[in-house]
Amino acid sequence: MSNHLMSFLAETNWDIIIVGCGNAGVCAAITAAEYDCKILIMDSAPREMRGGNTRHTRNLRAVHDSPTDVMTDHYSFEEYLDDLMRVTKGITNEHLAEVALRGSELLPAWLSERGVRFQPALTGTLDLGRTNAFFLGGGRSMLNSLCRHAESIGVTFIYDAEATNIALVDGFCEDIEVKWQGTNYRLSCKQLITASGGFEADLDWLSEGWGAAAKNFLVRGTPYNKGVVLRTLLDCGVQSVGALDQCHAVAIDARAPEYDGGISSRVDAVPFAVVLNKNAERFYDEGEDFWPKRYAIWGRLVASQPDQIAYAIIDADCLDRFMPSVFTPIIDNTIEGLAGQLGLNPTIVRQTIDVFNAACPKKPIDQTILDGNTTTGLGIEKTNWASPLVKPPFYGYPLRPGITFTYMGVAVNDRAQVLMQDGMPAANLFAAGEIMAGNVLGQGYLAGVGMTIGGVFGCIAGAEAARALNR
Amino acid sequence: MPLTDKTATTTTGFNLKSLLDPEAADEVIRIMQICNACRFCEGFCAVFPAMERRRDFDEHDVGYLANLCHSCGACYHSCQYAPPHEFGVNVPQALSAARIDSYAAYAWPTFLADLFRRNGTVVTLGISAGFAVTVGLMLAMISPQLFWNVHLGEGAFYQIMPHTVMAGIPMAISALVMVIFVMGWHRYWTHTGAVWGGMSALLDAVKASLTLRHLGGDTASSEFSGPGCPTADDRASNARRIYHQLTMYGFLLCFSATSAGTIYHYGFGFQAPYGYFDLPVLLGTVGGIVLCIGTGGLFAEKRRLNTAVRHESGLGMDYAFIISLFLVSFSGLLLLALRETSFMGLTLAVHLGLVYGFFLILPYSKFVHGLYRFAALIANAGEAHHEKANQLRESQ
Repeated sequence: MSNHLMSFLAETNWDIIIVGCGNAGVCAAITAAEYDCKILIMDSAPREMRGGNTRHTRNLRAVHDSPTDVMTDHYSFEEYLDDLMRVTKGITNEHLAEVALRGSELLPAWLSERGVRFQPALTGTLDLGRTNAFFLGGGRSMLNSLCRHAESIGVTFIYDAEATNIALVDGFCEDIEVKWQGTNYRLSCKQLITASGGFEADLDWLSEGWGAAAKNFLVRGTPYNKGVVLRTLLDCGVQSVGALDQCHAVAIDARAPEYDGGISSRVDAVPFAVVLNKNAERFYDEGEDFWPKRYAIWGRLVASQPDQIAYAIIDADCLDRFMPSVFTPIIDNTIEGLAGQLGLNPTIVRQTIDVFNAACPKKPIDQTILDGNTTTGLGIEKTNWASPLVKPPFYGYPLRPGITFTYMGVAVNDRAQVLMQDGMPAANLFAAGEIMAGNVLGQGYLAGVGMTIGGVFGCIAGAEAARALNR
Repeated sequence: MPLTDKTATTTTGFNLKSLLDPEAADEVIRIMQICNACRFCEGFCAVFPAMERRRDFDEHDVGYLANLCHSCGACYHSCQYAPPHEFGVNVPQALSAARIDSYAAYAWPTFLADLFRRNGTVVTLGISAGFAVTVGLMLAMISPQLFWNVHLGEGAFYQIMPHTVMAGIPMAISALVMVIFVMGWHRYWTHTGAVWGGMSALLDAVKASLTLRHLGGDTASSEFSGPGCPTADDRASNARRIYHQLTMYGFLLCFSATSAGTIYHYGFGFQAPYGYFDLPVLLGTVGGIVLCIGTGGLFAEKRRLNTAVRHESGLGMDYAFIISLFLVSFSGLLLLALRETSFMGLTLAVHLGLVYGFFLILPYSKFVHGLYRFAALIANAGEAHHEKANQLRESQ
């Protein structure tokens, strides 16, 4: 691509510029393009890494009244809302949550019509086949289809282009500064949609919420979400929403890459394990509930342990009970040996395991149900699947908090308009996706809800931006 | 690092433990461990469900999975770990490398394995040898004058080369080729530790071959409704699948034309050349045309295949095979067109030379992919069947 092209892009007066070509951005682009708007969509990543965390997603959670070809049974709006209220503990904008959840019902068909393929309902996969529609080939595949469709209806894409500044005066966006190949360009547009994600890849910003602990976090999500656009908007008087330390974080293998580890860095051993902190103490009920309902709290749990590290230890009987992980577990024939390899005090680990083993019931576990196989007499009980660790070899997985995306973002209304600090909507500025997900997700996480929020608010932002142009 | 050590059981005394190039096999194992912790691609083709039935991978699994993969770009373009990600996952390329290596590894006799590594040259040599033998035999048996005569009516071809020689050569070659194929199959089956899944598995494999189901791009779609697979970019298309099947069916039609000719000759005592609407000529003409279209399209699709996905060192073998198949079918059609002219002798010599050469190097050409893939499909259907039966037992 030549500078010539960029000059052309800079000289064009775009109807709508969209920052970020993830699920939310491209849904917005397609919706607006269907109203005949001239649209430029930019991404700070190279083409192969485009679309923020969409690359790491696999499904979206959607309301449906009866079985569809991509989801089993039914999932009512009320049940979805209950689930959301439970995980967020009520920290949500209920009106916006309702908009997202109601909109979810139309989303799978809308995407299908635009080239996205879904897998048939996965009956076996952790019960998610009922509530979630799975993309064939995952999020990157889904995004490829959407981007191809967007291109075919005239949307212009540009990559490696970082939005560095937005001129927002009195709630009106005049232009946007873009850095491309070391040069800054000013692009003008009538409407701006920010779908540029959170700030999870900026560890300094994370430490404003988490303190020194943030330095031990791994970023499971894209390395391109540095929150530059979010920071700019907040500096220009946009109202923020959500707490600085709230995010979607899971416990991942401590050996995972610093950024971009994605799904394969996850460790599913916890429900069958004894999980210790660096002092060789247990700190939470590993068997509280099925893993899909608990995985999202373990990131925060590990983050609150000393040095933000934990160790999941299992015995030979449990190895085949969960999905293999990308990193081979650390193996030893004795508990003491394993403790030594993990850098834990062997004597204390031995004691902790002995006490745990003695508290376990004598009957075998059944992982297909909440089997009530609970320990008795421990300070922190393991309430399901408790089984003594006796059969060598023993396996250990080191765990760290892995952040996928942050929740603190910009406040919006139900038209996806960004709200200024005085509560008034900005004139021509919209937001969709992770940058505003905190309106709905005050805390906690539900698998696939991020894609629901991105898709629904993406479509709303695109339609509203087009409407503002009288299209 | 695999947690368990599986070793192939062999009843024949072959040492099949370390057949594959460790570098190619290790790369597949490294990638499969990443894929098996992700599984986003499980809906594309048979490779990923087969992977999910395993927890640890060794070279026996590599040989199996490599021959189950069509090396399209579906999983590559969907991969969150593809380059420039530091995991550098490229399933089709890694499996291509292992698959090409596996052709050499399963080749019998083993000292001929090297033929696969210089395949472009080998095919050229094979065809040249075929020519030399054919023309040499013809010149030894008839006068140059007779060679350029116009021959008409029953037995016209045999004025140039007696039937016993013309048919005897391919029969001898075929017998040899069959032995080599059986040995190659046995080496593959033993090395990958495949388990016979019964007639239903065989039937399923036949069905998958007839429709090229796994190049449909979606395991859930019916045989003909899949989106296909990406070739040049991330856009899915059924072009490669269609051209491959035209090639395969064209080849089978030509093969059945030859068989029909043999029955005409020995069964009914009819001598070639046969009329345009006689079965052997009809089958051969349709087959030849279909084969020309199929190989032409396949060649173009190979050229279009995304450079990130294809494995360069295997391309020579692919091109050599496609081109020689095209030449065999095209020269056959040419013979049909010119058989009543004085060029019949020359065209017959060219066609027979190409056919003999093609069959001579058959066991050391890309043709073997059909053999090992079919074996992999049977093994795969058997595995899937066992898995289903186990799930059923567990749920009861």
